[in-house]
Amino acid sequence: MFISNKKISTPLDEETIKSLKAGDEVLLSGEIFTARDQAHKRLVEMISKGVSLPIDLKNKIIYYCGPTRTAPGRVVGSCGPTTSARMDRLTPQLLQIGLKGMIGKGRRSDVVRHSIRKHGAIYFLATGGAGAFLSRRVISAKPILFKELGPEAVVRLVVKDFPLIVGIDSTGRDVFEMRTSFTE
Amino acid sequence: MKKINSEIIRRAVAHLCIEANIRLRKDVRAALSRAIKSETNPRAKRFLSQLLDNARIAQADKIALCQDTGLPTVFVEIGRDVNTQGLDMDRAIQKGIEDGYRKGFLRNSIVSDPLLRPQPPKFSPGVIHYDFGLYRGLRITVLPKGFGCENKTQLKMFTPTVPLEEIKKFIISVVKDSGPDACPPYVVGVGIGGSADQAVLLAKKALLRPLDKCSSLKHIASLEKDLLKKINQANIGPLGLGGRTTSLGVSVLTAPTHIAGLPVAVSISCHALRSASVYFK
Repeated sequence: MFISNKKISTPLDEETIKSLKAGDEVLLSGEIFTARDQAHKRLVEMISKGVSLPIDLKNKIIYYCGPTRTAPGRVVGSCGPTTSARMDRLTPQLLQIGLKGMIGKGRRSDVVRHSIRKHGAIYFLATGGAGAFLSRRVISAKPILFKELGPEAVVRLVVKDFPLIVGIDSTGRDVFEMRTSFTE
Repeated sequence: MKKINSEIIRRAVAHLCIEANIRLRKDVRAALSRAIKSETNPRAKRFLSQLLDNARIAQADKIALCQDTGLPTVFVEIGRDVNTQGLDMDRAIQKGIEDGYRKGFLRNSIVSDPLLRPQPPKFSPGVIHYDFGLYRGLRITVLPKGFGCENKTQLKMFTPTVPLEEIKKFIISVVKDSGPDACPPYVVGVGIGGSADQAVLLAKKALLRPLDKCSSLKHIASLEKDLLKKINQANIGPLGLGGRTTSLGVSVLTAPTHIAGLPVAVSISCHALRSASVYFK
């Protein structure tokens, strides 16, 4: 009924995005960018002021994540998803400028869902509270923007087989709205 | 009389911060294992196994279970036989938190002003609750609760004659409001009675009780059992994708209250319920 363990990689092309349906499980490889509350606030302020962004978000994926600090000899700290709903207010502006994917946990607002559909984007869920598990799927991590924000800096992560579930697909279908069908 | 010095406190708190964040509580691990057995939804079963894997990896790699290493909340029970004269307990605890978070490579998640939010965030201050009761010895417990679930806390001031069913409905509604957002399966802490502030504190303290224990009060134990059953019918499940495992446990603490009131507070914990405790005789 649902696709599972389908391997996909960045940048996500239109065909791949269209082929994914809410509830499908995928293993993502490639680059993703962490950004949470404060980074969103700054980026959206820049957009509304008409300032050009210090990062090109076109066709990129944002991961709502603020990792723990990295111990010496390690690639990254614990790095699970944070609650996506807090970014809802600032998400449509980023989709407007070409952001293609988001990774987080939990529900999104109707406004975000419509915006995802309008822009042919996609929202993935990662396993909340499994930051140690997920850290083993990260190959490299490099803070690239807003470093003064500490855990809220934008970090470029390269991931390998990062396990995700499609939360909202490009047609706007929401996995949490079809939850009853999961009770097999 | 025992004399406790600041170095002992500082070291103990540092150790507890790391311990709590890296090693999942034994009772929580056991509850996850039980849930895997009773869960009938295959996908939910798989996610629950992933959470046990996460606990194993965290311990093996000495890495935090969750990137949100919380706003450390410290409960201090000071017995009557403990001599704390000349000790700056607050400072020793805050320094201990800083040491532990730094050494454990945990996250600096605390902004010193809630509106100005100066950056970058810091390791401290944590929140400290002191309790001078009829104890012996000194007990320190660290609860580094993440804010995904802390944001789901609710308080409701009921009237004294409200039917119990209304109270149950409220508690269940808090879980349903949390839905898939705050990392289910949840542990649900409930505080009933006292004043508004006390009820919220009780709800949080309830999370410290081992999940395999129930209330020693018969009517409360039966309330806990009934709530757990009803919450697990909500079909939220692991990750919010359905299943019968919506909660790993419900723990209710009560306190005497006023003739005019009936405060009820609910503190939701994610499945990564973390705490660690030390006792000095």
